Amino acid sequence: MQCDVCGEKDASVFLTQIVEGKMQKVNLCEACSKAKGVNDPTGFALADLLLGLGAAQQLDKSPAAHKCPVCGFTQADFKKTGRLGCSECYTTFADGLAGMLANMHKGTTHVGKAPGGHARRRELAAKMKSLQMTLDEAVATEKYEEAADLRDQIRQIETELTP
Amino acid sequence: MKLSRIISNAGEWLSGDGPHRQVVVSSRIRLARNLTRTAFPGWAKRAERVETLGLIRPAIELLPEMHDACVQNLTELTALERQVLVERHLISREHAAKGAGSAVVMNAEQTLSFMINEEDHLRMQAIRCGLQLREAYAMVDRCDTELATRLDFAYHENLGYLTACPTNVGTGMRASAMLHLPGLVMSDQINKIINSVNKIGLAVRGLHGEGTEAMGNLFQVSNQTTLGESEEQIIDRLHEVIVHIVEHEENARQALVERRATTVLDQIGRAYGILCNAHSMTSKEALNLLSVLKLGTDLGLFPDSARVMIDELFIETQPAHLQKGAQGQKMTAEARDALRAALIRATLKQLPEPDMTKVSIPKPTEATKEPDDE
Repeated sequence: MQCDVCGEKDASVFLTQIVEGKMQKVNLCEACSKAKGVNDPTGFALADLLLGLGAAQQLDKSPAAHKCPVCGFTQADFKKTGRLGCSECYTTFADGLAGMLANMHKGTTHVGKAPGGHARRRELAAKMKSLQMTLDEAVATEKYEEAADLRDQIRQIETELTP
Repeated sequence: MKLSRIISNAGEWLSGDGPHRQVVVSSRIRLARNLTRTAFPGWAKRAERVETLGLIRPAIELLPEMHDACVQNLTELTALERQVLVERHLISREHAAKGAGSAVVMNAEQTLSFMINEEDHLRMQAIRCGLQLREAYAMVDRCDTELATRLDFAYHENLGYLTACPTNVGTGMRASAMLHLPGLVMSDQINKIINSVNKIGLAVRGLHGEGTEAMGNLFQVSNQTTLGESEEQIIDRLHEVIVHIVEHEENARQALVERRATTVLDQIGRAYGILCNAHSMTSKEALNLLSVLKLGTDLGLFPDSARVMIDELFIETQPAHLQKGAQGQKMTAEARDALRAALIRATLKQLPEPDMTKVSIPKPTEATKEPDDE
Protein backbone atom coordinates (compact mmCIF):
# COMPACT_ATOMS: atom_id res chain seq x y z
CA MET A 1 0.00 0.00 0.00
CA GLN A 2 1.33 3.42 -0.95
CA CYS A 3 1.69 6.42 1.30
CA ASP A 4 -1.21 8.90 0.90
CA VAL A 5 1.07 11.89 1.26
CA CYS A 6 4.11 11.27 -0.96
CA GLY A 7 2.49 8.52 -3.04
CA GLU A 8 5.90 6.90 -3.43
CA LYS A 9 7.01 4.85 -0.46
CA ASP A 10 5.17 1.93 1.14
CA ALA A 11 2.85 2.92 3.97
CA SER A 12 3.69 1.54 7.38
CA VAL A 13 1.56 3.79 9.61
CA PHE A 14 -2.21 3.30 9.40
CA LEU A 15 -4.64 5.67 11.04
CA THR A 16 -8.39 5.43 11.43
CA GLN A 17 -10.79 7.97 12.89
CA ILE A 18 -14.55 8.18 13.02
CA VAL A 19 -15.84 11.70 12.44
CA GLU A 20 -19.60 12.18 12.48
CA GLY A 21 -20.14 8.50 11.84
CA LYS A 22 -17.89 8.50 8.75
CA MET A 23 -14.81 6.33 8.91
CA GLN A 24 -11.70 8.02 7.61
CA LYS A 25 -8.43 6.21 6.96
CA VAL A 26 -4.97 7.51 6.22
CA ASN A 27 -1.93 5.44 5.31
CA LEU A 28 1.50 6.96 5.69
CA CYS A 29 5.10 5.95 5.13
CA GLU A 30 7.53 6.35 7.97
CA ALA A 31 9.12 9.54 6.65
CA CYS A 32 5.79 11.27 6.04
CA SER A 33 4.35 10.17 9.38
CA LYS A 34 7.33 11.85 11.05
CA ALA A 35 7.01 14.94 8.88
CA LYS A 36 3.30 15.19 9.76
CA GLY A 37 4.14 14.76 13.43
CA VAL A 38 2.24 11.51 13.89
CA ASN A 39 4.89 10.35 16.34
CA ASP A 40 4.93 13.68 18.11
CA PRO A 41 2.00 13.71 20.51
CA THR A 42 2.19 17.48 20.96
CA GLY A 43 1.38 18.57 17.46
CA PHE A 44 -0.65 15.87 15.85
CA ALA A 45 -4.34 15.77 15.12
CA LEU A 46 -5.69 13.20 12.73
CA ALA A 47 -8.53 15.50 11.79
CA ASP A 48 -6.09 18.22 10.79
CA LEU A 49 -4.05 15.75 8.82
CA LEU A 50 -7.08 14.38 7.04
CA LEU A 51 -8.49 17.80 6.39
CA GLY A 52 -5.11 19.07 5.36
CA LEU A 53 -4.72 16.28 2.81
CA GLY A 54 -8.15 16.74 1.28
CA ALA A 55 -7.78 20.47 1.54
CA ALA A 56 -4.65 20.66 -0.57
CA GLN A 57 -6.40 18.83 -3.37
CA GLN A 58 -9.58 20.86 -3.03
CA LEU A 59 -7.80 24.16 -3.22
CA ASP A 60 -6.40 23.12 -6.59
CA LYS A 61 -9.82 23.91 -8.00
CA SER A 62 -8.91 27.59 -7.78
CA PRO A 63 -7.05 28.85 -10.87
CA ALA A 64 -3.40 27.85 -10.57
CA ALA A 65 -1.92 31.32 -10.83
CA HIS A 66 -4.01 32.57 -7.91
CA LYS A 67 -2.16 34.60 -5.37
CA CYS A 68 -3.77 36.52 -2.52
CA PRO A 69 -3.62 40.24 -3.45
CA VAL A 70 -3.35 41.24 0.23
CA CYS A 71 -0.74 38.86 1.63
CA GLY A 72 0.79 37.07 -1.39
CA PHE A 73 -0.26 33.63 -0.18
CA THR A 74 -0.53 30.83 -2.79
CA GLN A 75 -2.04 27.34 -3.07
CA ALA A 76 1.39 25.82 -2.66
CA ASP A 77 1.73 27.60 0.69
CA PHE A 78 -1.58 26.13 1.83
CA LYS A 79 -0.44 22.66 0.83
CA LYS A 80 2.62 23.11 2.98
CA THR A 81 1.03 24.60 6.09
CA GLY A 82 -2.69 23.73 6.08
CA ARG A 83 -3.30 27.33 7.20
CA LEU A 84 -4.34 30.38 5.21
CA GLY A 85 -2.37 33.62 4.86
CA CYS A 86 -4.90 36.30 5.85
CA SER A 87 -8.64 36.96 6.05
CA GLU A 88 -8.72 37.99 2.37
CA CYS A 89 -7.51 34.48 1.37
CA TYR A 90 -11.04 33.25 2.11
CA THR A 91 -12.22 35.38 -0.82
CA THR A 92 -9.23 34.67 -3.06
CA PHE A 93 -9.54 30.91 -2.68
CA ALA A 94 -13.31 30.83 -2.13
CA ASP A 95 -14.00 28.26 -4.88
CA GLY A 96 -11.54 25.73 -3.53
CA LEU A 97 -12.47 26.33 0.08
CA ALA A 98 -16.22 25.86 -0.32
CA GLY A 99 -16.17 22.07 -0.72
CA MET A 100 -13.55 21.66 1.96
CA LEU A 101 -15.53 23.66 4.51
CA ALA A 102 -18.67 21.68 3.71
CA ASN A 103 -16.84 18.43 4.48
CA MET A 104 -15.30 19.79 7.63
CA HIS A 105 -18.27 21.43 9.33
CA LYS A 106 -21.91 20.90 10.22
CA GLY A 107 -23.10 23.59 7.83
CA THR A 108 -21.79 26.02 5.25
CA THR A 109 -23.20 29.25 6.67
CA HIS A 110 -22.34 30.94 9.94
CA VAL A 111 -25.34 31.32 12.25
CA GLY A 112 -23.72 32.56 15.46
CA LYS A 113 -22.42 35.81 16.87
CA ALA A 114 -21.40 38.68 14.61
CA PRO A 115 -19.46 41.83 15.50
CA GLY A 116 -21.76 44.82 16.29
CA GLY A 117 -22.28 46.39 12.84
CA HIS A 118 -22.47 43.06 11.05
CA ALA A 119 -25.15 41.75 13.35
CA ARG A 120 -27.40 44.74 12.48
CA ARG A 121 -26.72 44.29 8.77
CA ARG A 122 -27.61 40.62 8.92
CA GLU A 123 -30.84 41.41 10.73
CA LEU A 124 -31.78 44.02 8.11
CA ALA A 125 -30.89 41.72 5.22
CA ALA A 126 -33.14 39.01 6.65
CA LYS A 127 -35.96 41.50 7.17
CA MET A 128 -35.59 42.76 3.61
CA LYS A 129 -35.77 39.22 2.25
CA SER A 130 -39.03 38.54 4.03
CA LEU A 131 -40.47 41.92 2.96
CA GLN A 132 -39.55 41.15 -0.65
CA MET A 133 -41.44 37.87 -0.45
CA THR A 134 -44.54 39.58 0.94
CA LEU A 135 -44.24 42.19 -1.80
CA ASP A 136 -44.09 39.57 -4.54
CA GLU A 137 -47.18 38.00 -3.07
CA ALA A 138 -48.99 41.33 -2.88
CA VAL A 139 -48.19 42.09 -6.53
CA ALA A 140 -49.32 38.64 -7.61
CA THR A 141 -52.63 39.08 -5.84
CA GLU A 142 -52.95 42.64 -7.18
CA LYS A 143 -52.92 44.30 -3.77
CA TYR A 144 -51.16 47.36 -5.13
CA GLU A 145 -51.70 49.64 -2.16
CA GLU A 146 -50.04 47.15 0.18
CA ALA A 147 -47.29 46.60 -2.38
CA ALA A 148 -46.45 50.31 -2.52
CA ASP A 149 -46.17 50.41 1.24
CA LEU A 150 -43.90 47.37 1.26
CA ARG A 151 -41.69 48.88 -1.45
CA ASP A 152 -41.19 51.99 0.68
CA GLN A 153 -40.11 49.85 3.61
CA ILE A 154 -37.63 47.94 1.43
CA ARG A 155 -36.17 51.17 0.04
CA GLN A 156 -35.62 52.45 3.55
CA ILE A 157 -33.70 49.32 4.52
CA GLU A 158 -31.70 49.55 1.31
CA THR A 159 -30.50 53.05 2.14
CA GLU A 160 -29.56 51.85 5.63
CA LEU A 161 -27.62 48.91 4.19
CA THR A 162 -25.64 51.03 1.71
CA PRO A 163 -22.52 52.16 3.52
CA MET B 1 0.74 42.44 38.32
CA LYS B 2 3.78 40.22 38.31
CA LEU B 3 4.13 36.77 36.78
CA SER B 4 5.59 35.47 40.06
CA ARG B 5 2.22 36.10 41.73
CA ILE B 6 0.43 34.12 39.05
CA ILE B 7 2.93 31.28 39.37
CA SER B 8 2.80 31.10 43.16
CA ASN B 9 -1.02 31.04 43.34
CA ALA B 10 -3.35 28.35 42.10
CA GLY B 11 -6.00 29.41 39.62
CA GLU B 12 -9.64 29.90 40.62
CA TRP B 13 -10.68 26.89 38.56
CA LEU B 14 -8.42 24.65 40.63
CA SER B 15 -9.35 25.77 44.13
CA GLY B 16 -12.89 26.98 43.49
CA ASP B 17 -16.18 25.18 43.30
CA GLY B 18 -18.70 24.45 40.55
CA PRO B 19 -21.51 22.11 39.49
CA HIS B 20 -20.59 18.41 39.04
CA ARG B 21 -17.20 19.17 40.56
CA GLN B 22 -16.57 15.48 41.35
CA VAL B 23 -16.42 14.55 37.68
CA VAL B 24 -15.99 17.80 35.75
CA VAL B 25 -12.65 19.32 36.72
CA SER B 26 -12.95 22.45 34.57
CA SER B 27 -14.81 24.06 31.68
CA ARG B 28 -13.10 26.13 29.04
CA ILE B 29 -14.19 28.35 26.17
CA ARG B 30 -11.74 29.67 23.60
CA LEU B 31 -12.53 32.20 20.88
CA ALA B 32 -10.25 32.79 17.88
CA ARG B 33 -10.23 36.27 16.33
CA ASN B 34 -8.13 37.93 13.64
CA LEU B 35 -7.59 41.44 12.38
CA THR B 36 -8.99 42.07 8.93
CA ARG B 37 -6.65 42.12 5.90
CA THR B 38 -3.57 41.45 8.03
CA ALA B 39 -1.37 38.39 7.50
CA PHE B 40 -2.09 35.66 10.07
CA PRO B 41 0.76 35.14 12.59
CA GLY B 42 2.09 32.01 10.86
CA TRP B 43 2.40 33.89 7.55
CA ALA B 44 3.23 37.39 8.82
CA LYS B 45 6.72 38.83 8.90
CA ARG B 46 8.22 39.67 12.23
CA ALA B 47 7.54 43.41 11.84
CA GLU B 48 3.86 42.72 11.04
CA ARG B 49 3.50 40.52 14.12
CA VAL B 50 4.98 43.22 16.30
CA GLU B 51 2.58 45.74 14.76
CA THR B 52 -0.39 43.43 15.46
CA LEU B 53 0.75 43.09 19.06
CA GLY B 54 0.87 46.88 19.31
CA LEU B 55 -2.77 47.08 18.22
CA ILE B 56 -4.25 44.23 20.24
CA ARG B 57 -2.39 44.44 23.54
CA PRO B 58 -3.56 47.96 24.53
CA ALA B 59 -7.16 47.05 23.61
CA ILE B 60 -7.06 44.11 26.02
CA GLU B 61 -5.50 46.21 28.77
CA LEU B 62 -8.47 48.59 28.52
CA LEU B 63 -10.95 45.82 29.40
CA PRO B 64 -12.36 46.34 32.92
CA GLU B 65 -11.85 42.60 33.57
CA MET B 66 -8.13 43.02 32.93
CA HIS B 67 -7.27 46.10 35.00
CA ASP B 68 -4.96 44.10 37.28
CA ALA B 69 -3.72 41.77 34.59
CA CYS B 70 -0.33 40.15 34.15
CA VAL B 71 1.01 41.09 30.71
CA GLN B 72 3.98 39.16 29.34
CA ASN B 73 5.74 39.18 26.00
CA LEU B 74 6.73 35.60 25.24
CA THR B 75 10.30 36.68 24.51
CA GLU B 76 10.65 37.84 28.14
CA LEU B 77 9.74 34.45 29.55
CA THR B 78 12.15 31.61 30.26
CA ALA B 79 11.42 28.16 28.81
CA LEU B 80 10.47 27.01 32.30
CA GLU B 81 8.01 29.86 32.88
CA ARG B 82 6.34 29.15 29.55
CA GLN B 83 6.00 25.49 30.46
CA VAL B 84 4.43 26.38 33.82
CA LEU B 85 1.79 28.43 31.95
CA VAL B 86 1.15 25.49 29.61
CA GLU B 87 0.68 23.13 32.56
CA ARG B 88 -1.83 25.64 34.01
CA HIS B 89 -3.64 25.69 30.64
CA LEU B 90 -3.14 29.47 30.48
CA ILE B 91 -1.30 29.27 27.16
CA SER B 92 -1.19 26.53 24.53
CA ARG B 93 1.84 24.44 23.67
CA GLU B 94 1.89 26.10 20.29
CA HIS B 95 1.89 29.56 21.85
CA ALA B 96 4.73 28.61 24.21
CA ALA B 97 6.94 28.02 21.15
CA LYS B 98 6.36 31.53 19.75
CA GLY B 99 8.82 34.42 19.77
CA ALA B 100 8.78 38.10 18.82
CA GLY B 101 5.32 39.66 18.65
CA SER B 102 3.64 37.03 20.80
CA ALA B 103 2.31 37.85 24.24
CA VAL B 104 -0.07 36.62 26.92
CA VAL B 105 -2.39 38.67 29.16
CA MET B 106 -3.91 36.92 32.20
CA ASN B 107 -6.12 38.13 35.03
CA ALA B 108 -5.17 37.54 38.68
CA GLU B 109 -7.79 34.81 39.19
CA GLN B 110 -6.37 33.01 36.12
CA THR B 111 -9.89 32.65 34.75
CA LEU B 112 -9.21 34.74 31.64
CA SER B 113 -6.21 34.60 29.36
CA PHE B 114 -5.51 36.23 26.00
CA MET B 115 -2.90 34.82 23.66
CA ILE B 116 -1.69 37.35 21.10
CA ASN B 117 -0.18 36.01 17.87
CA GLU B 118 -0.79 32.35 18.52
CA GLU B 119 -2.05 30.55 15.41
CA ASP B 120 -4.56 33.41 15.16
CA HIS B 121 -3.96 37.07 15.99
CA LEU B 122 -5.95 36.70 19.18
CA ARG B 123 -7.20 33.75 21.14
CA MET B 124 -9.12 34.51 24.30
CA GLN B 125 -10.02 31.91 26.83
CA ALA B 126 -12.12 31.64 29.97
CA ILE B 127 -11.68 28.71 32.32
CA ARG B 128 -14.02 27.87 35.18
CA CYS B 129 -14.31 25.21 37.84
CA GLY B 130 -16.77 22.32 37.32
CA LEU B 131 -19.38 22.29 34.58
CA GLN B 132 -19.75 26.00 33.77
CA LEU B 133 -19.51 26.22 29.99
CA ARG B 134 -22.26 28.85 29.77
CA GLU B 135 -20.68 30.97 32.49
CA ALA B 136 -17.28 30.69 30.83
CA TYR B 137 -18.80 31.70 27.50
CA ALA B 138 -20.49 34.71 29.08
CA MET B 139 -17.06 35.87 30.30
CA VAL B 140 -15.28 35.68 26.93
CA ASP B 141 -18.36 36.89 25.06
CA ARG B 142 -18.34 40.12 27.09
CA CYS B 143 -14.63 40.67 26.40
CA ASP B 144 -15.06 39.87 22.71
CA THR B 145 -17.97 42.30 22.29
CA GLU B 146 -16.00 45.10 23.90
CA LEU B 147 -12.82 44.35 21.95
CA ALA B 148 -14.82 44.45 18.70
CA THR B 149 -15.55 48.13 19.36
CA ARG B 150 -11.82 48.88 19.25
CA LEU B 151 -10.45 46.23 16.88
CA ASP B 152 -11.52 45.45 13.33
CA PHE B 153 -12.08 41.68 13.49
CA ALA B 154 -12.08 39.70 10.24
CA TYR B 155 -15.67 38.65 9.61
CA HIS B 156 -17.42 37.30 6.53
CA GLU B 157 -21.21 37.48 6.05
CA ASN B 158 -21.48 33.77 5.22
CA LEU B 159 -18.43 32.24 6.88
CA GLY B 160 -18.46 34.17 10.15
CA TYR B 161 -15.19 34.85 11.94
CA LEU B 162 -12.23 34.07 9.69
CA THR B 163 -9.37 32.07 11.18
CA ALA B 164 -5.93 30.90 10.06
CA CYS B 165 -7.10 27.29 10.02
CA PRO B 166 -10.34 26.55 8.15
CA THR B 167 -11.32 24.13 10.94
CA ASN B 168 -12.02 27.09 13.26
CA VAL B 169 -13.97 29.33 10.88
CA GLY B 170 -17.49 30.43 11.84
CA THR B 171 -17.80 30.92 15.57
CA GLY B 172 -14.04 30.50 16.08
CA MET B 173 -15.08 28.82 19.29
CA ARG B 174 -13.72 25.74 20.99
CA ALA B 175 -15.68 24.69 24.07
CA SER B 176 -14.19 21.96 26.21
CA ALA B 177 -14.47 20.30 29.57
CA MET B 178 -11.90 18.27 31.49
CA LEU B 179 -13.50 15.15 32.92
CA HIS B 180 -12.19 12.78 35.60
CA LEU B 181 -13.54 9.34 34.72
CA PRO B 182 -11.94 6.63 36.90
CA GLY B 183 -15.23 4.71 37.19
CA LEU B 184 -15.64 4.34 33.44
CA VAL B 185 -11.97 3.39 33.03
CA MET B 186 -12.02 0.78 35.84
CA SER B 187 -15.21 -0.79 34.52
CA ASP B 188 -13.85 -0.89 30.93
CA GLN B 189 -16.65 1.29 29.59
CA ILE B 190 -14.52 4.24 28.57
CA ASN B 191 -13.91 3.16 24.95
CA LYS B 192 -17.61 2.72 24.40
CA ILE B 193 -18.18 6.26 25.68
CA ILE B 194 -15.35 7.74 23.59
CA ASN B 195 -16.70 6.06 20.45
CA SER B 196 -20.23 7.29 20.94
CA VAL B 197 -19.05 10.82 21.72
CA ASN B 198 -16.90 10.79 18.55
CA LYS B 199 -19.89 9.67 16.52
CA ILE B 200 -21.86 12.79 17.36
CA GLY B 201 -19.07 15.05 16.20
CA LEU B 202 -17.38 15.82 19.50
CA ALA B 203 -13.72 15.10 20.20
CA VAL B 204 -12.26 13.28 23.20
CA ARG B 205 -8.62 13.93 23.97
CA GLY B 206 -6.01 13.49 26.68
CA LEU B 207 -4.89 15.88 29.39
CA HIS B 208 -3.12 18.46 27.25
CA GLY B 209 -5.34 18.44 24.19
CA GLU B 210 -4.73 17.17 20.72
CA GLY B 211 -2.78 13.97 20.42
CA THR B 212 -1.92 13.64 24.09
CA GLU B 213 -2.31 10.46 26.08
CA ALA B 214 -5.08 10.16 28.63
CA MET B 215 -3.30 10.07 31.98
CA GLY B 216 -4.78 10.14 35.44
CA ASN B 217 -8.15 9.12 33.98
CA LEU B 218 -8.53 12.69 32.70
CA PHE B 219 -10.27 13.31 29.39
CA GLN B 220 -11.10 16.46 27.46
CA VAL B 221 -14.36 16.61 25.53
CA SER B 222 -14.80 19.40 22.99
CA ASN B 223 -16.65 20.45 19.84
CA GLN B 224 -15.03 19.52 16.50
CA THR B 225 -16.90 21.87 14.21
CA THR B 226 -17.41 25.63 14.30
CA LEU B 227 -19.48 26.49 11.22
CA GLY B 228 -23.23 26.00 10.89
CA GLU B 229 -24.19 26.07 14.56
CA SER B 230 -24.42 29.06 16.88
CA GLU B 231 -22.28 29.37 20.01
CA GLU B 232 -25.33 28.59 22.17
CA GLN B 233 -26.22 25.49 20.14
CA ILE B 234 -22.66 24.15 20.36
CA ILE B 235 -22.48 24.78 24.11
CA ASP B 236 -25.94 23.31 24.78
CA ARG B 237 -25.08 20.16 22.86
CA LEU B 238 -21.75 19.75 24.64
CA HIS B 239 -23.35 20.50 28.02
CA GLU B 240 -25.99 17.84 27.45
CA VAL B 241 -23.42 15.23 26.42
CA ILE B 242 -21.29 16.01 29.46
CA VAL B 243 -24.26 15.67 31.82
CA HIS B 244 -24.84 12.22 30.29
CA ILE B 245 -21.20 11.24 30.75
CA VAL B 246 -21.34 12.44 34.37
CA GLU B 247 -24.38 10.19 34.92
CA HIS B 248 -22.58 7.21 33.37
CA GLU B 249 -19.53 7.88 35.51
CA GLU B 250 -21.62 8.10 38.68
CA ASN B 251 -23.43 4.88 37.82
CA ALA B 252 -20.13 3.15 37.08
CA ARG B 253 -18.74 4.24 40.46
CA GLN B 254 -21.89 3.07 42.20
CA ALA B 255 -21.69 -0.32 40.46
CA LEU B 256 -18.01 -0.67 41.34
CA VAL B 257 -18.68 0.03 45.01
CA GLU B 258 -21.59 -2.42 45.08
CA ARG B 259 -20.03 -5.26 43.12
CA ARG B 260 -16.29 -4.86 43.39
CA ALA B 261 -15.83 -3.14 46.73
CA THR B 262 -12.70 -5.11 47.59
CA THR B 263 -11.02 -4.14 44.32
CA VAL B 264 -11.89 -0.48 44.81
CA LEU B 265 -10.66 -0.40 48.41
CA ASP B 266 -7.52 -2.31 47.42
CA GLN B 267 -6.70 0.21 44.67
CA ILE B 268 -7.28 3.20 46.93
CA GLY B 269 -5.27 1.64 49.76
CA ARG B 270 -2.38 0.80 47.43
CA ALA B 271 -2.39 4.23 45.81
CA TYR B 272 -2.28 5.83 49.27
CA GLY B 273 0.50 3.48 50.38
CA ILE B 274 2.67 4.12 47.32
CA LEU B 275 2.13 7.89 47.27
CA CYS B 276 2.98 8.17 50.98
CA ASN B 277 6.11 6.05 50.77
CA ALA B 278 7.65 6.26 47.31
CA HIS B 279 11.01 7.95 46.80
CA SER B 280 10.93 8.19 43.03
CA MET B 281 7.89 8.72 40.89
CA THR B 282 7.31 9.63 37.24
CA SER B 283 4.72 12.20 36.33
CA LYS B 284 2.53 9.54 34.73
CA GLU B 285 2.57 7.28 37.78
CA ALA B 286 1.80 10.24 40.03
CA LEU B 287 -1.19 11.29 37.91
CA ASN B 288 -2.59 7.78 37.82
CA LEU B 289 -2.26 7.23 41.58
CA LEU B 290 -3.54 10.71 42.45
CA SER B 291 -6.57 9.95 40.30
CA VAL B 292 -7.34 6.93 42.48
CA LEU B 293 -6.93 9.07 45.60
CA LYS B 294 -9.30 11.63 44.12
CA LEU B 295 -11.83 8.86 43.59
CA GLY B 296 -11.31 7.88 47.25
CA THR B 297 -12.16 11.44 48.30
CA ASP B 298 -15.31 11.40 46.17
CA LEU B 299 -16.34 8.14 47.88
CA GLY B 300 -15.87 9.76 51.30
CA LEU B 301 -12.76 7.82 52.36
CA PHE B 302 -10.84 11.05 52.92
CA PRO B 303 -12.10 14.32 54.46
CA ASP B 304 -13.40 16.99 52.08
CA SER B 305 -10.30 19.09 52.67
CA ALA B 306 -8.33 16.43 50.73
CA ARG B 307 -9.94 17.51 47.47
CA VAL B 308 -8.03 20.77 46.96
CA MET B 309 -4.83 19.16 48.28
CA ILE B 310 -5.02 16.37 45.70
CA ASP B 311 -6.09 18.68 42.86
CA GLU B 312 -3.14 20.95 43.59
CA LEU B 313 -0.78 17.98 43.53
CA PHE B 314 -2.08 17.16 40.03
CA ILE B 315 -0.63 20.49 38.89
CA GLU B 316 2.32 20.85 41.27
CA THR B 317 3.81 17.47 40.29
CA GLN B 318 3.96 18.36 36.58
CA PRO B 319 7.57 18.71 35.34
CA ALA B 320 7.80 22.50 35.02
CA HIS B 321 5.92 23.19 38.27
CA LEU B 322 8.35 20.93 40.13
CA GLN B 323 11.32 22.66 38.62
CA LYS B 324 10.20 26.20 39.28
CA GLY B 325 11.51 25.85 42.83
CA ALA B 326 14.94 24.81 41.57
CA GLN B 327 16.23 28.35 40.81
CA GLY B 328 16.44 27.92 37.07
CA GLN B 329 18.75 24.94 37.24
CA LYS B 330 17.91 22.24 34.73
CA MET B 331 17.07 19.08 36.63
CA THR B 332 17.55 15.56 35.36
CA ALA B 333 14.49 13.33 35.04
CA GLU B 334 15.76 11.22 37.96
CA ALA B 335 16.13 14.28 40.19
CA ARG B 336 12.62 15.41 39.23
CA ASP B 337 11.15 12.00 40.03
CA ALA B 338 12.80 12.08 43.46
CA LEU B 339 11.61 15.65 44.12
CA ARG B 340 8.08 14.74 42.97
CA ALA B 341 7.94 11.79 45.37
CA ALA B 342 9.24 13.98 48.21
CA LEU B 343 6.66 16.70 47.53
CA ILE B 344 3.84 14.14 47.50
CA ARG B 345 5.06 12.48 50.72
CA ALA B 346 5.29 15.83 52.49
CA THR B 347 1.86 17.00 51.30
CA LEU B 348 0.06 13.77 52.12
CA LYS B 349 1.41 13.87 55.72
CA GLN B 350 -1.61 16.11 56.41
CA LEU B 351 -3.95 13.47 55.01
CA PRO B 352 -5.36 10.86 57.42
CA GLU B 353 -5.39 7.21 56.39
CA PRO B 354 -8.35 6.24 54.20
CA ASP B 355 -11.44 5.42 56.25
CA MET B 356 -12.29 2.10 54.63
CA THR B 357 -15.51 1.72 56.63
CA LYS B 358 -17.14 4.26 54.29
CA VAL B 359 -17.45 1.54 51.68
CA SER B 360 -19.10 -1.64 52.91
CA ILE B 361 -17.75 -4.96 51.72
CA PRO B 362 -20.55 -7.30 50.69
CA LYS B 363 -21.12 -10.33 52.88
CA PRO B 364 -19.44 -13.56 51.68
CA THR B 365 -22.70 -14.97 50.32
CA GLU B 366 -23.10 -11.97 48.06
CA ALA B 367 -19.47 -12.03 47.02
CA THR B 368 -19.75 -15.61 45.76
CA LYS B 369 -22.37 -14.43 43.30
CA GLU B 370 -19.67 -12.45 41.58
CA PRO B 371 -17.00 -14.95 40.59
CA ASP B 372 -15.29 -12.40 38.37
CA ASP B 373 -14.48 -10.28 41.42
CA GLU B 374 -10.70 -10.21 41.35
